[in-house]
Amino acid sequence: MKPLASVEPKPSHGISRWRVGLLALGLSLGLASASAAAPLKVAFVYVGPVGDAGWSYAHDQGRLALEKELGAQVKTTYVESVPEGADAERVIRQLAVDGNQLIFTTSFGYMEATVKVARMFPKVVFEHATGFKKTKNLGVYETRFYEGAYLLGVLAGGTTKSNTLGFVGSFPIPEVIRNIDAFTLGAQSVNPKIKTKVIWVNTWYDPGKERQAAETLIAQGADVMCQNTDSPATLQVAQEKGVYACGWDSDMSRFAPKAQISANINNWGPYYVKVARDVIAGTWKPSDTKLGIADGGVKLAPVLPSVPAAAVKAFEDKKAAIAAGTFAPFQGPIKDQSGTVRVPAGSVMSVPDMMAINWYVAGVEGSIPK
Amino acid sequence: MSLDTWIAIFVSTVVAATPLIYAALGELVTEKAGVLNLGVEGMMLVGAVVGFIVGVNSGSLVLGYLAAMLAGVLMSLVFGVLTITLQANQVATGLALTLFGAGLSAFVGRSYAGQPIDGADALHIPLLSDLPVVGALLFQFNALVYGSIALFFAVQWFLSRSHAGLRLRAIGEAPSVSHAIGHPVQKTRYRAVMFGGACSGIAGAYLSTALTPMWVEGMSSGRGWIALALVVFATWKPLRVLLGAYLFGGVTVLQLYAQGFGLTVPSEFLSMLPYAATIVVLVIICRDPKTILLNQPASLGKGFHPDA
Repeated sequence: MKPLASVEPKPSHGISRWRVGLLALGLSLGLASASAAAPLKVAFVYVGPVGDAGWSYAHDQGRLALEKELGAQVKTTYVESVPEGADAERVIRQLAVDGNQLIFTTSFGYMEATVKVARMFPKVVFEHATGFKKTKNLGVYETRFYEGAYLLGVLAGGTTKSNTLGFVGSFPIPEVIRNIDAFTLGAQSVNPKIKTKVIWVNTWYDPGKERQAAETLIAQGADVMCQNTDSPATLQVAQEKGVYACGWDSDMSRFAPKAQISANINNWGPYYVKVARDVIAGTWKPSDTKLGIADGGVKLAPVLPSVPAAAVKAFEDKKAAIAAGTFAPFQGPIKDQSGTVRVPAGSVMSVPDMMAINWYVAGVEGSIPK
Repeated sequence: MSLDTWIAIFVSTVVAATPLIYAALGELVTEKAGVLNLGVEGMMLVGAVVGFIVGVNSGSLVLGYLAAMLAGVLMSLVFGVLTITLQANQVATGLALTLFGAGLSAFVGRSYAGQPIDGADALHIPLLSDLPVVGALLFQFNALVYGSIALFFAVQWFLSRSHAGLRLRAIGEAPSVSHAIGHPVQKTRYRAVMFGGACSGIAGAYLSTALTPMWVEGMSSGRGWIALALVVFATWKPLRVLLGAYLFGGVTVLQLYAQGFGLTVPSEFLSMLPYAATIVVLVIICRDPKTILLNQPASLGKGFHPDA
């Protein structure tokens, strides 16, 4: 069988797509002789370059974990920097034609393309990250990232001296609002006087602007910051000005060794291993999986030694409680900015409510841009 | 607002405006010679990645800046050969240069994405930096910020007072006449283009080593285009480029502060403001055809061949 030139650096998506074409040729020739013991072919589609130190990087770490865990049982390929849109469908289809039996599409914008290709290839298993459309050969998965945001909030609330936290937001969508709320609730659990200031930059990625937003927050009194954007600029500013910040998506401590109190990390590896095992064993079923602290899908980076011991203890306690299922970040009573109780004591916000959240909890300043 | 807040706004503004000043002053000189180089964004990105790589590997930011300038010059030479020697269309070539620079920088910087670097430190000037208020306002920047002001004075002096500068402007206005009286049109245009390249290169290196010390694909996020708009906005006057850059920087920073103070203007609207400001200024200056025509180089964007 022709060896699959599985993973090698690809200069740009233009070239990588061309290579996928070449691979297809090699594979269709090779497939005929494939035996039953052949490794499971697994493909990944990334929206950014794997070196982005954020979202796509985390998925690629998951792919590497899968290779490490299952060794010769799997053979992985990836295509990076695939734009969300017509190109995505072509890439995914090509990967299916290439004989990949399990395909992970790792960005929300691939949803329609994945659904379409999944219909064309009923024998191939598809897994789409952060989507909500499930079919008989397409499962969806995502992480409960707000659990990490809540825990970062606990640390932040115990670290701040000004009682003012700063949050650099990308776009005012439920995902980001949920993280801001969770971060604030976490901080308030150890320090009820907490206020969170939010600045929206209207971009996922513009280090210069993220930097200015962080500077603004510091000038307005914030001394612990968090950001739901993709670059470590906020941490760099914090390090420079001698305040604190949180890493996001990956451990960013190398950018700010004195400022990162901890980081919220997506850890996809265990899930990828589980899905591949199920596919190999023939027991895979489409599911809507939400990964969190309990199953290791969300991890926190090591806590900065200068964080006060009381805050670290509260953090560890809450982490254990979330893992044990005895505590949820959006557990009542939760009030919104006007003081109205949105989640009564003794109940937990429902998943659909959480997915559509469009209000700030009490303690967050300003209003959500409409 | 407290005094500290005003100082913070001022400092953020200056820091945000610096890359725009470098890139726009370089482009201004290029355009004054009659060459329109739309490749600023691409040259900035290449400058950013080269400055970063050399800075990381040599441990010296100064070497990084020199390399970034050299990289910008090389990029601009590609443009120069195509448009000045081979007479290719300047607009199309400039756009191609931007796309090329974006791809090339991403390719070259692959293994450097997500690496930290020790960024440029603020200069500490004995006595001055320790002054209350004034010290925090004016004497706490890194060297490149002061360099941008120095560059402004140099460009201002060059274009209005020096023999070579007057010749460059004459070439930008009327290349055939300049050629007829013996000025080296092609050579001057090459030099102007290379100067623009060097300035864009250093603007890029400022982003990757001073503003946000890291390299990531596409990190200039459209600042090259803002620099191009600034040159028109400033009607080809260096002082107005300088003020325009601070205005741009200031509006961006102020909109972030406004959000922090709970101003309920939609942030999308505020994000749009700098660009809206350009359009408004363009409309205002266009009402007075004399101002714009007096300063716009008459041969801007048009090729010139000495034998034609």
